[in-house]
Amino acid sequence: MLTPSDPLQVLSVRGLRKMYGHNIAVDDVSFEVTSNEIVGLLGPNGAGKTTTINMVLGVLEPSAGDISIAGVGLAQNRSTALGCTNFAAVYAQLPGNLTVYQNLRVFGLIYGVKRLATRIDEVLQEFDLTRFRNTKCGVLSSGEQTRVSLAKAMLNRPRLLLLDEPTASLDPSTAQEVRAHIRKFATSGSGGVLWTSHNMYEVQEVCDRVLFLSRGKILLEGDPKRLPEEHGKASLEDLFIAVAREPLSLEVS
Amino acid sequence: MSLQRSAAIMLRQFYLMRGSAARVVPLFAWVGVDIVLWGFMSRYLNGLTTAGLNFVPTLLGAVLLWDFFTRVMQGVTMTFFEDVWSRNFLNLFASPLRLSEYLAGLVMSSVVTSLVGLVFMLIIASVAFGLSFFSYGVVLIPALLVLFLFGIALGIAATGMVLRLGPASEWFVWPIPALIAPFAAVYYPLTTLPRWMQYVSRIIPPSYVFQNIRSVVHGGTVSWGPLVLGAVLALVYLVMASWFFSRMYRHGVRTGLIARYSSETLN
Repeated sequence: MLTPSDPLQVLSVRGLRKMYGHNIAVDDVSFEVTSNEIVGLLGPNGAGKTTTINMVLGVLEPSAGDISIAGVGLAQNRSTALGCTNFAAVYAQLPGNLTVYQNLRVFGLIYGVKRLATRIDEVLQEFDLTRFRNTKCGVLSSGEQTRVSLAKAMLNRPRLLLLDEPTASLDPSTAQEVRAHIRKFATSGSGGVLWTSHNMYEVQEVCDRVLFLSRGKILLEGDPKRLPEEHGKASLEDLFIAVAREPLSLEVS
Repeated sequence: MSLQRSAAIMLRQFYLMRGSAARVVPLFAWVGVDIVLWGFMSRYLNGLTTAGLNFVPTLLGAVLLWDFFTRVMQGVTMTFFEDVWSRNFLNLFASPLRLSEYLAGLVMSSVVTSLVGLVFMLIIASVAFGLSFFSYGVVLIPALLVLFLFGIALGIAATGMVLRLGPASEWFVWPIPALIAPFAAVYYPLTTLPRWMQYVSRIIPPSYVFQNIRSVVHGGTVSWGPLVLGAVLALVYLVMASWFFSRMYRHGVRTGLIARYSSETLN
């Protein structure tokens, strides 16, 4: 069992709960993400995935529970904790009225990236964005904008990378390249990834471990390649559908 | 607090202005129009009155200082609106950027844009209408300081309101200077106002500035007491505005408004 001070632990979530009035959006959720690990956060719409991610990103205050990023308490030291993380989400594109370079420069300064000019060139190259360097983000295709968001997310070499449906607007070929980049990020450095996706084939290919959320609770957890069989389902997609439609049957099993 | 992170907010604003005539022209256009309009008005009034009365330092000077105050306030709100319009809050507030650093970035942007406007107004007013800032003497320094502090305070309070009420509430922001102007006694002595408005004027810092400016132009001395009171009031408003913005931000983080802030999700 990892302790909060364990250097391998990049995210620790303990007893996380979010209530809106009497409605419980996230209910007593606990999990960890360790270095070199990609954890998939799965569940139907409204299960609490984005609410959980927003709490980890510090833009939504939990009703209860603790979040630590790279051993730093988010509630106690928000700026330092968020300096160890970064994110890309399909609903949080970078400002379209700035060029790719300008956006990366501004966010590089905000994240305190060392040798920023060199690092910007590196991520531009990594995500095949060099030719769009001086192009305004707003005129890029949705796939190109997603790659810019990913470049920004990698800019500070985060310990924890949060990705909310990062491949949702990408064609299969680009999505595969992006998955390869993220896989490389997780295996080559000391970072870990928390990933949400509705593409179960992608999850099976990329994630080391998955957490199934339903109605704000973690219902299942395990290896995405073995979980379907353990629960008598043919595929991860079948398991997902079962979680979405019959969560109680899985709770009992 | 990291100056680099605040500078990033200012840099973003610089990038936007550099590439957009629609953002640069208003820095000069409206203040230029105001100075030309009120410059001719002052010249016309000079011709109507008996010899010795010069409306340029009183009327045109007041317009110039009031426009400076308005530019300071709008410098803060416009920088903030850029984040509203580009739906950038999630990117910014899910980063290591502290609230104080963000506000400092808004203020730094406002300093630059309002100074540009001030210099432009001064050039037109002095070249075309013979206004000399030196005729105000030393009172000009605290006057500009009080107007600057109050402009920043109003700008921050206005952004807090938009953060809480949503993007459409930016229409509440634009008329704020016009609503305050009658109480600030920009163009006339305080005694012109009815008694109840004079009481309200006492809590409006610019009223102390314009009373002093008029006094100096008419050969009187600087009343330092009221000016200091104006500065203290402006500082108090600045603290209150920062507290208000912080409260609105906390409310947004607690309720999820920050996470889903966009034109579509509010209003």
